[in-house]
Amino acid sequence: MSKKRIATVWLDGCSGCHMSFLDMDERLIEVFQQADLVYSPLVDLKEFPEQVDITLVEGAVSSEEDLHKIRMVRERTKILVAFGDCAVTGNVPSMRNPFGAKATLQRAYLENVTLHPQVPREAIPALLEKVRPVHEVVKVDVFIPGCPPSAETIFLALSDLLADRMPDMAKLTRFGA
Amino acid sequence: MNQPVRVKTLKIDDRDVSGREDETILEVARQNGIFIPTLCHLEGLTPIGACRLCLVEIKGVSRLLPACVTRVEEGMEVYTQSERLQKYRRMVLELLFSERNHICSVCVVNGHCELQSMAQILGMTHVSVPYRFPRLPVDASHERFVVDHNRCILCTRCVRVCDEIEGAHTWDVMGRGIDSRVITDLNQPWGESETCTSCGKCVNVCPTGALFEKGKPVSDRQKKRQFLPYLTMMREERR
Ligand code: SF4
Ligand code: SF4
Ligand code: SF4
Ligand code: FES
Repeated sequence: MSKKRIATVWLDGCSGCHMSFLDMDERLIEVFQQADLVYSPLVDLKEFPEQVDITLVEGAVSSEEDLHKIRMVRERTKILVAFGDCAVTGNVPSMRNPFGAKATLQRAYLENVTLHPQVPREAIPALLEKVRPVHEVVKVDVFIPGCPPSAETIFLALSDLLADRMPDMAKLTRFGA
Repeated sequence: MNQPVRVKTLKIDDRDVSGREDETILEVARQNGIFIPTLCHLEGLTPIGACRLCLVEIKGVSRLLPACVTRVEEGMEVYTQSERLQKYRRMVLELLFSERNHICSVCVVNGHCELQSMAQILGMTHVSVPYRFPRLPVDASHERFVVDHNRCILCTRCVRVCDEIEGAHTWDVMGRGIDSRVITDLNQPWGESETCTSCGKCVNVCPTGALFEKGKPVSDRQKKRQFLPYLTMMREERR
């Protein structure tokens, strides 16, 4: 059996989900006996590869860049996994939604700053008006709730997916877990 | 008082069960260990059928009926677990989650919330309708308690416990449909309420983090509800 190709992507999240991924500790060896990690913030690769079997997406869709990235990832991925509450519900990043992007930038870059208050306009992607969970933007195949999902949850879900089974997530985790 | 008790026999999920004529499908189901999910219902308070999580199928009836406010009838055939019901229950939950800002990871009752655990029990892993993200207030004017409207699911347990058990009727509901909100007195800050006795009953019956006590660690947010059936019973005996 040829090894599966897996990837992880980081949109608007705190990286806690990736930390939890690393928390699988020695079980990472078990995972990577069955799969190659072909793209991730954990490996040094610039381009998202053409064909990926399973991609875990951490974080919500928050900026123009996130939107662009997730659409490209979706096209190149067989099974797209919303990885953690930010990807599944919008979670913490979405707490700006009741106020809108403008008020958020104002609060962060103007109201709370004493030295050179200014909203950056260059080299960083523009915020979308509203933060969205991943499945509101592209089709998602598997949802792993949790903030972050535990290493155990990630391991069991990945094991199922690598064996071509759909994991029963409600048994393993919940929102906010 | 001493009227003869009439007993009805019926089937729930193909099991023969019986109940008093004044009992609901939910009561009889629970007596027989049959699980029907609920959110607005709470033993000891008047049932109102608001959340629709307890919908069941009844043979010969095309509509789904809420088990918490539907009386048992002779020969009824009730189904509580069909695919169709699971689908609608998850849909009800998804609508509740999408309507306000339920961000479990930063909620004061994370791990002790009935909405959160109901999502897990019913296998809801995401919300398939768009979230609304309304802008809602938090009222921390009361010296001991807080109401966070972001977490309220309008079950009105607080309204009923304050009216029916405490007898203060501090809480009520204002507005219509999706714009409804629970209010204290005539929509004054809770801290200025003249009717509230600060007994904390509403806080303890609230299924979510909408009502909570100030200055308690998250690990200590288990709501205490044991008092309710007891208080109701004592009141009824005195009538
Ligand atoms: S779900 Fe929680 S841990 Fe994961 S990225 Fe979002 S905030 Fe961080
Ligand atoms: S604390 Fe007691 S009196 Fe005050 S609103 Fe809650 S239930 Fe009513
Ligand atoms: S505040 Fe709590 S108890 Fe009252 S209606 Fe809202 S969710 Fe129900
Ligand atoms: S529990 Fe029956 S409608 Fe809410």
